[in-house]
Amino acid sequence: MQRDWIAPPSAGLGVCLEGLRKDFGTRAVLDGLDLDIAPGQFVAIVGRSGCGKSTLLRLLAGLEPASGGQLRVGGAPAAARRDDVRMMFQEARLLPWRTVQQNVKLGLATPDADGRARDALAHVGLVDRANDWPAVLSGGQRQRVALARALVHRPRLLLLDEPLGALDALTRIEMHRLIESVWRELRFTAVLVTHDVAEAVALADRVLLVEEGRITLDEAVGLTRPRGHGSEAFADIEGRVLSRVLKESAQVSSEQQPRLAA
Amino acid sequence: MATPTRHLRGLAPWIVPLLILLAWEASSRSGWLSSRILPEPLAVGAAFWGLLVSGSLLHDVAISTGRALGGLAIGGGLGLVLGLLTGTFRTAETLLDTTLQMIRNVPALALIPLVILWFGIDESAKLFLVAIGVFFPIYLNTYHGIRAVDAGLVEMARSYGLQGWPLYREVILPGALPSILVGLRFSLGLMWVLLIVAETISAQSGIGYMTMNAREFLQTDVVLVGVLLYALLGKLADFVARELERRFLRWNPTYLGVTA
Repeated sequence: MQRDWIAPPSAGLGVCLEGLRKDFGTRAVLDGLDLDIAPGQFVAIVGRSGCGKSTLLRLLAGLEPASGGQLRVGGAPAAARRDDVRMMFQEARLLPWRTVQQNVKLGLATPDADGRARDALAHVGLVDRANDWPAVLSGGQRQRVALARALVHRPRLLLLDEPLGALDALTRIEMHRLIESVWRELRFTAVLVTHDVAEAVALADRVLLVEEGRITLDEAVGLTRPRGHGSEAFADIEGRVLSRVLKESAQVSSEQQPRLAA
Repeated sequence: MATPTRHLRGLAPWIVPLLILLAWEASSRSGWLSSRILPEPLAVGAAFWGLLVSGSLLHDVAISTGRALGGLAIGGGLGLVLGLLTGTFRTAETLLDTTLQMIRNVPALALIPLVILWFGIDESAKLFLVAIGVFFPIYLNTYHGIRAVDAGLVEMARSYGLQGWPLYREVILPGALPSILVGLRFSLGLMWVLLIVAETISAQSGIGYMTMNAREFLQTDVVLVGVLLYALLGKLADFVARELERRFLRWNPTYLGVTA
């Protein structure tokens, strides 16, 4: 009862990408990328910086148009699903001139906006800071407000663009637990972009590696939740993905060596 | 313990003006300063009182303030509207900004001969001078304020479904406000400068008229009353600007530090 404000049944939307391209000038950042994400799945995308993982997320959010290929969210073009898709950015991007509660209800036009905003804040444990200015919050608290702001719109696809990158290790682990618990409860589809393989393995059903605009590794993570960082199976998967990322970058640099010399 | 120190700190900025006043009074009394050059502070005080009681002081101050605020409303209002336009719309910027930047480089006071030819020496000439002077600080700071709004916040707001007027009201205007208020503060300072010049050229009333009139009759004390009035009014304008900032920028960490 308490949380029926957010989740309609079977909330998650599937994502289907076919031959997705994105060019910046003559450079192809995404080069014919194919991907299917089942409704309600938690997918993490890892890769070195500049591999196109953030661009992929921005296309899913409708922040940028694709240069070619198909992009369907819940069976419809992404542009038609904008209201069902919410994004958490690397920085919290709270409006400094609005209180925490006003930030959370941004863009919410319903008469019960205030009540929903407070519910969402209760969800992330910050209801007692509802009337504070963002400037007095810590980095972790700001990202929790940003999460509440995304949740209040009842998203069916939540995109997370390295939202924990700037947080300290302890706050990150707290945020992992929080994100995992709201995802389990509300069953939206989640796509997390991160450079931290351990974070990807801790949270995702599936870890994807993006290299040179394509998906080159698709690793299912079958561990039971909640996952402990210490377990052997966890370390095994983390090690496998990590060595794959590093091997590829070693290859790339050895390929580039002669070119530099020539 | 805390209260007396706070009182002392509140008084501290006034120590130097007070010392200057005492030194001035002493040198006038000792005959070191001729009253033609600088009458003693008490004489200035007496002149002030006399003008106040006769009612002419309040009349002149009211007239001057009316002109200053009228010019500010016209020039500042236009600056705000045009700044919002050129800041928001590329087309408006392309059409208007170059022209405005050229006019900006002409000192407002250089226009005085032209202003006299156009408007004669009546009220509209004074309003025009003040308006054109306060226009540019507000225009420029509004324009730059809008342009400098954090693109990340705008992108976030758009992806959360805001566009058009709600986007403007929630993100762009509040983001530009600190800069607009800086422009207002500059304008308030310029406003008095331009008014003084306008009123000393030609006026039948106002503080400038009062001082120019007093000069004719060698009433140095009345001239000094005028100078002090400008100082007080300038300080008052600055105070108002500061209070506006404190009120509208409450969210800013600078001001949070003050209240917390």
